[in-house]
Amino acid sequence: MTRERLLDARAVTKRFGGFVALDEVSLDVEQGERFGMIGPNGSGKTTMINCISGTLANDGGGIVFKGAMLDGKKPHERTRLGIARSFQIPKPFRSMTVLENLAIPLEYASGAGPREVEERGMAILETIGLADRAGENSGKLTQIDMRKLELARAMATEPELLISDEAMAGLSSTEVDDILDILFRMNERGITIIMIEHIMRAVMRFSERIVVLDAGRKIAEGRPDEIVNDPEVERAYLGE
Amino acid sequence: MRLDAFHVVAAAVALLGAAVTIFDLLPINKFAFFAGYVVLQYVVLATAWNIMGGYMGYVNFGTAGFFAVGAYTSVVLYNLMQAPLIVMIPVAGAVCALLGLGMGYLTLRLRGVFFAIATLALAIVLETLVVNWDYVGGATGAYILRAREIAPFGDYVEFLFFVMLLLAIFAVSAARWIERSKIGRGFAAIRDDEVAAECAGVPTLRLKLIATTVSGFLMGVAGAPFVLYVGFVEPSSAFNLVYAVNSIAMPMIGGATTWAGPLIGALLLGSVQQVATVTISSELNLLIVGVLLVFFVIAAPEGIVGLVRKWRGGGR
Repeated sequence: MTRERLLDARAVTKRFGGFVALDEVSLDVEQGERFGMIGPNGSGKTTMINCISGTLANDGGGIVFKGAMLDGKKPHERTRLGIARSFQIPKPFRSMTVLENLAIPLEYASGAGPREVEERGMAILETIGLADRAGENSGKLTQIDMRKLELARAMATEPELLISDEAMAGLSSTEVDDILDILFRMNERGITIIMIEHIMRAVMRFSERIVVLDAGRKIAEGRPDEIVNDPEVERAYLGE
Repeated sequence: MRLDAFHVVAAAVALLGAAVTIFDLLPINKFAFFAGYVVLQYVVLATAWNIMGGYMGYVNFGTAGFFAVGAYTSVVLYNLMQAPLIVMIPVAGAVCALLGLGMGYLTLRLRGVFFAIATLALAIVLETLVVNWDYVGGATGAYILRAREIAPFGDYVEFLFFVMLLLAIFAVSAARWIERSKIGRGFAAIRDDEVAAECAGVPTLRLKLIATTVSGFLMGVAGAPFVLYVGFVEPSSAFNLVYAVNSIAMPMIGGATTWAGPLIGALLLGSVQQVATVTISSELNLLIVGVLLVFFVIAAPEGIVGLVRKWRGGGR
């Protein structure tokens, strides 16, 4: 089965002063793929997705999405092209209700008119399992609901590629299954997903392909079963 | 735009203003218009400040700079061609809108306290420029001879009061419209979390520039009639820090996230200041502002509007 290439990052490099956070990292993601990205703390995973979503500008290399060069494009332009992300530490719009949170991407990224916002927003909350929280203040949600809101808000941009940045960190095992379930369902709808995660059980189950970063370099890439048995990966996680 | 109770009230206030200034319908002391002008001027300034500070969370300490540039634009127009007030107001607004746009471009990378400091610096730089500009009187200031009376208002101050009333209605209506528009929702998203807003598709830079431009326009408009009101303008009065302090304090006291906040705050605080100026001393103004501000920041961080909402919510 051949699938179209959706995202193509070539030799992406990012430096913070003298510190090299990403050293010529390349990865390509295909349309509809479930793609995992793992690595120890500080290995550059979040920096990589910041470069893809545009909140950081890469110093070297280039990123192509759907055949178009992303370099120089602002985050909101990338969002409108179809790249959505959730944040590791949830960033709800705290002065707004859950539904109003979705109104922002619905209006600004998917071009919904004020009258469609409620209907489309509720439909998304329905699939995410937040419908009964629609009218609540988003700043007062529980951790799991905030993670769900992050995903719901990303959904509301109508993405082709969703980057989930540690959406499950700190959640209980049933909550992890909850989020996994949501991500699987999004994928079934044709959304390509890059999952960044520390919870191995979740990434291994979810991903069709995984890349491993360590100290800003890509040290392995392959199917989950290949990654588990890779000596280089073992060394990165456990030391010599 | 849909018409509702707000527009009816606004029209009624404008008509009432016309009635008392043109037909002298109520036995109002001349001083009331003189003081009322200042209060209304603060309604415009506080509303203008709130578009950036309240809706978007960017604290502008340079209100006095914009206000003074509006006032001095009028001086220039008067010196050039003896322009009437009807010309001064839109031109002053346009100049300050451009100034706002420029400030937005220069400071767009700054957030939080750094943005506030940059705006304060802008006001100081502008004051220095005006002090050294002889055409507008430099440090000694400039006179404008205004008519004592103007038809059909009679007294000129009553005319200025009416003009400022219309400007205040315009400013509050504009703020209310913005608040309820897609732009206003984008502002709120920026205030809550700028990075998340950008990633949700909000063009944050463009919205910030819209806010600085609109806010600057309204501040300039508020400053335009100032020279005619006092008849004499000099840098230290036009660039007075009091404008900046009041235009921050009023929305904070009233409630910064909604159009009603700066309106309530300016009417309340502005009136108290005017009364205090006459009855106690003109130096007491800032003390009152300070005490009220401390009180509200501690006891009611969402201002009077927030308090009212809480009471209503608690009664349910």
